[in-house]
Amino acid sequence: MEKMPRWADVVLIPLISLLLAAFISALVIIAIGEDPIAAVKLMINGALGSTYGWGYTLYYATNFIFTGLAVAVAFHARMFNIGGEGQAMLGGLGVAIACLYIPWPHWTVALLAAIVMSGLLGAAWAAIPAYLQAKRGSHIVITTIMFNFIAAGLLNYVLVNVMRPAGSMDPASAKFPEPTHLPTLHDMLTPLGISFSKAAPANVSLFVALIACVLVWLLIWRMKLGYEIRAQGHSESAAKYAGINPTRIIIISMLISGGLAGAMAINNVMGEAERLVMNATEGAGFIGIAVALMGRNHPFGVVLAAVLFGFLYQGGAELALWTDIPRELIVVIQALVILFTGALDNMVRMPLERIFLALRKERN
Amino acid sequence: MNATANKERPETAAPAIELRGISKAFGPVQANKDISIRVMPGTIHGIIGENGAGKSTLMSILYGFYKADAGEIFINGNKTEIPDSQAAIASGIGMVFQHFKLVPNFTVLENVVLGAEDGAMLRPTLAKARASLTEIAREYELHVDPDAIVEELSVGHQQRVEILKALYRQADILILDEPTGVLTPAEADQLFRILARLKEEGKTIILITHKLREIMEITDTVSVMRRGEMTATVKTSETSPEQLAELMVGRKVLLRVDKEAANPGETILVVKNLRQFDDQGVERLKGISLNLKAGEILGIAGVAGNGQSELLEVLGGYANATGEVTLKGNALPLSGSGANGRIRRESGIGHVPEDRQQEGLIMDFKAWENMAFGYHHAPEYQNGMLMDNAAIQKEALAKMERFDVRPPNPALNAKNFSGGNQQKIVVAREIENNPDVLLIGQPTRGVDIGAIEFIHQQIIQLRDEGKAILLVSVELDEIFSLSDRIAVMFDGQIMGERMPNETDEKELGLLMAGINEKAA
Amino acid sequence: MDFLTLIQVLDSTLRLATPLLLACLAGLYSERAGIFDIGLEGKMLVAAMFAGAVAAVSGNVWMGLLAGIAASMSLSALHGIASITFRGNQLISGVAINFLAAGMTVLVAQSWFGQGGRTPSLMGGGRFDGIELPFAIGPKDAALSDLSVTKLIEQAGPIQQVYSELISGHTILVYVALLCVPATWWLLFRTRFGLRLRAVGEAPEAVDTAGVSVVGLRFAAVAICGVLCGVAGAYLATGLQAGFVKDMTAGRGFIALAALIFAKWRPWYALSATLLFGLLQAIAVRFQNIEIGGFVIPVQFTESLPYILTVVILAGFVGKAIPPRAGGEPYVKEN
Repeated sequence: MEKMPRWADVVLIPLISLLLAAFISALVIIAIGEDPIAAVKLMINGALGSTYGWGYTLYYATNFIFTGLAVAVAFHARMFNIGGEGQAMLGGLGVAIACLYIPWPHWTVALLAAIVMSGLLGAAWAAIPAYLQAKRGSHIVITTIMFNFIAAGLLNYVLVNVMRPAGSMDPASAKFPEPTHLPTLHDMLTPLGISFSKAAPANVSLFVALIACVLVWLLIWRMKLGYEIRAQGHSESAAKYAGINPTRIIIISMLISGGLAGAMAINNVMGEAERLVMNATEGAGFIGIAVALMGRNHPFGVVLAAVLFGFLYQGGAELALWTDIPRELIVVIQALVILFTGALDNMVRMPLERIFLALRKERN
Repeated sequence: MNATANKERPETAAPAIELRGISKAFGPVQANKDISIRVMPGTIHGIIGENGAGKSTLMSILYGFYKADAGEIFINGNKTEIPDSQAAIASGIGMVFQHFKLVPNFTVLENVVLGAEDGAMLRPTLAKARASLTEIAREYELHVDPDAIVEELSVGHQQRVEILKALYRQADILILDEPTGVLTPAEADQLFRILARLKEEGKTIILITHKLREIMEITDTVSVMRRGEMTATVKTSETSPEQLAELMVGRKVLLRVDKEAANPGETILVVKNLRQFDDQGVERLKGISLNLKAGEILGIAGVAGNGQSELLEVLGGYANATGEVTLKGNALPLSGSGANGRIRRESGIGHVPEDRQQEGLIMDFKAWENMAFGYHHAPEYQNGMLMDNAAIQKEALAKMERFDVRPPNPALNAKNFSGGNQQKIVVAREIENNPDVLLIGQPTRGVDIGAIEFIHQQIIQLRDEGKAILLVSVELDEIFSLSDRIAVMFDGQIMGERMPNETDEKELGLLMAGINEKAA
Repeated sequence: MDFLTLIQVLDSTLRLATPLLLACLAGLYSERAGIFDIGLEGKMLVAAMFAGAVAAVSGNVWMGLLAGIAASMSLSALHGIASITFRGNQLISGVAINFLAAGMTVLVAQSWFGQGGRTPSLMGGGRFDGIELPFAIGPKDAALSDLSVTKLIEQAGPIQQVYSELISGHTILVYVALLCVPATWWLLFRTRFGLRLRAVGEAPEAVDTAGVSVVGLRFAAVAICGVLCGVAGAYLATGLQAGFVKDMTAGRGFIALAALIFAKWRPWYALSATLLFGLLQAIAVRFQNIEIGGFVIPVQFTESLPYILTVVILAGFVGKAIPPRAGGEPYVKEN
């Protein structure tokens, strides 16, 4: 028998973990002399109280959907891809190459090309750690961490020495040409008679992210490849018995993971900055870990968790603007979410299992 | 604790170990129910029972690994609390686990002193231990090189290191959990000589096993466990294997399976000169050749670890080898992308693996997902680019009902079924996909008696339908009761083939130890 | 490149290698006991912050050091509770600890000092001073003659240059870090504690059945890891630099992790590996882009070299690095 019902596993545990994280965050806010309730009000108002706030929340959420899916797909094959950050940086490079060097007639084709390029470069950046894990047993966690640093070095080099326009002191590429600019939610909703903030960066990439969610769901739960990925993730020895090639699954799942992380760049690089800057990813690759853990590696959960983190990001920015609470509060909350939903999962789970067991005994 | 020999202890002496009313539950499973037992000093006491009868749990309680929910432990007549292994060791209890608890890259000496060091500095400890190992080796004829790295020792020697560990800690009471499972008959005999010697020196020994032969051979008294309960304790000299078997199972058992004589047809599987090296470059299969006819069961006997697993893996398509394997005249690839479990199934070889939890099933997959495992590329399970889950579920339910899997609920995860029902899921999947050849490894390991009979019947029925069956089992009883022909494996080779009615356990035992008298 | 420049690069190698060495040895204790720790970075960071803050407030660098160690150990305790007590995923716990440190340091420093997440600059007793060994050229000699220390060393002979520039003049923590290497070797391979520690990382079930507490040993290892990370972090804020700034560890925890793999979890190798990585950092700081025979090695490459080297090592192209067998796996009793 299962120790507890499925809803408890899928809904109750993440919820309790989230509450614990929120509680400790509140203590932190109190400790630095601010009022947590006022802070929450300010965050809600700032992130969800206007279409401007929503526009930012959804913009951040789009990033996190991509990186969350990336981590989730790898998790299904029991790969811990901490390299989302580096893969997203390379994705940015892909977008920059696609947008800067080819004169696109319209944003739609540019977007398609950017998705392909960013996905390819992101996947390529995941390919080496994947190959080394599959063929040489090099621990993917360590190699992907190393590749994050190498990516930063590479990007630094490319931006300073290759892509920087002559005369510019800023380590950044030139502005992308006009036809590659993606329509924002404002551009898309205005024709429908819905007014949406013009300043907010949420753009058409949001819908690409949602499509990616559906595709990942189909892949993992409806396709042979997903079946094999999950089988490999649960038991490599069993997978071998069933004729599933572990090397192939490790590499393919990491390529998909890296591709998804890389594709994030259509949102932050192409949709928002419209040029490639240093540190464009702003840690979104790492937030993908929290999002995937919180969302229980399910695309639907990833969307919810991504929106939650989008809210935290935008709300946190508002906090930093109007109070003395630094933006780093979000990093703390993110850490607590990873801690409680990931590392301390058993702390929440074990007492709950005992409660459900006792309840069942009573019923019998 | 008095560590002196107790040879001269009178009959009225307190038992070395007495357990009173021990109970232990793991969640809803009651592993031990109100167990009481007395073990007299200087005797060898056997505890016998089926897999899952609760023997290991009981001994783990005695060794402080688990805490009993209820009950008392008396050592030499004194009530003793054993909250952890440290307390067990202090009470003079030593334990040799089924899976050795050694640090593989440490030397024998380091393994022996670990946890029993004399002081904070290592060198004096090691020097003292070296001297005392020499002493123990002489006294009990237990010779192992103290500077050997443990992972480089044979299994039999590793087991000696475990016994040395206990003796170095001056254990008076030695518990051995299924000690012969990994040994050849010859190594097992050596072990029994060592145990007899220890008994002579006044040690008390508890031997846990599921092998009747060992109980009859070496113990003074024997306790029988069934489903967490102690059903009887008798003097070994006053019982018989038949009586013990009945006590173990709770009803009369037929030690033989009813079956008609085989009616073998054409040879359909030919294996020639199969060779395999493992990752460390050790040769695991050393030129295996065998034939398998339609409508017969070929039993492969042998001590675990002599290449049987590798043979199954190679034939099952997921380990590489060199040599030649032909199925109905078609050569099967033994390496490269064609050596693949799924493709092997498509060409007509089904496979019930030795380890259902590590190989045959994905424990966190639902039963219906497991029913397609290895067959998930089959056309009838596809719906365009997607898998046809509805079709898989429907078929899974039908198979579960035909094979009496309980509960017949395809939506349950595999891990939530009992061992016997898990095995039935695997057997159902492999048999129902109608293979020409069925590879089947340890078909009844960890399976309750009811399921054993059912699975044996299915295997024989499949044979009678004209399929070829390659059976690998370390249980000689099972080999004898199912096989139409027996081949014995030792050290990656086939030592010889015998017909079941023309051989006996003794001859097979010698072959399993690598001794071929007929050839010699 | 003249001789003195070489000596100066080696001198800065030693300074830069010190935090790497301390963190690497910290990781060595933890991982030898079977607890993977990718949270070295975070522990160093909180230690740097609290060391900088307390040293600034108290004006006493030793108080700062203690505060740094305490802060680092509290994160170690968290890692221990998550990965030992609750048998959580050690890697995820490490990731969480790194973020916790990255966020909390800025949060605390900002609300404490209000200087944008940094601590006040340290002066006088708030910093570790260099220790001038006997006969070495130091500030006293400079005061006696009118020349600066640098000038005096320039004029000295090569042996005196090596002695004064490279060997003398470091803060006490540099020497402590170097002494930690033989101490760690001795502890691991010559004591009962070391035997048990190595055993618990290879076969915890052997330790458990021998009646020794797996949990106790692993917590001890994690605690030692916390102390060493604390010293490493304190050195950053009070020795290498004068005060804490946001993200001042700058990936050193990960370089230390790389060095640990490079060193195959052995103390003396750890010294060589961290010196190598320290050298790479020193070269990157001093020379920026290096031109060799018309071919320019960009500074970004030199900076990335530790990571690239680690990947190469991990790939097993230069000898295989085999981690402790039970590493990363929570210990669950079974028969």
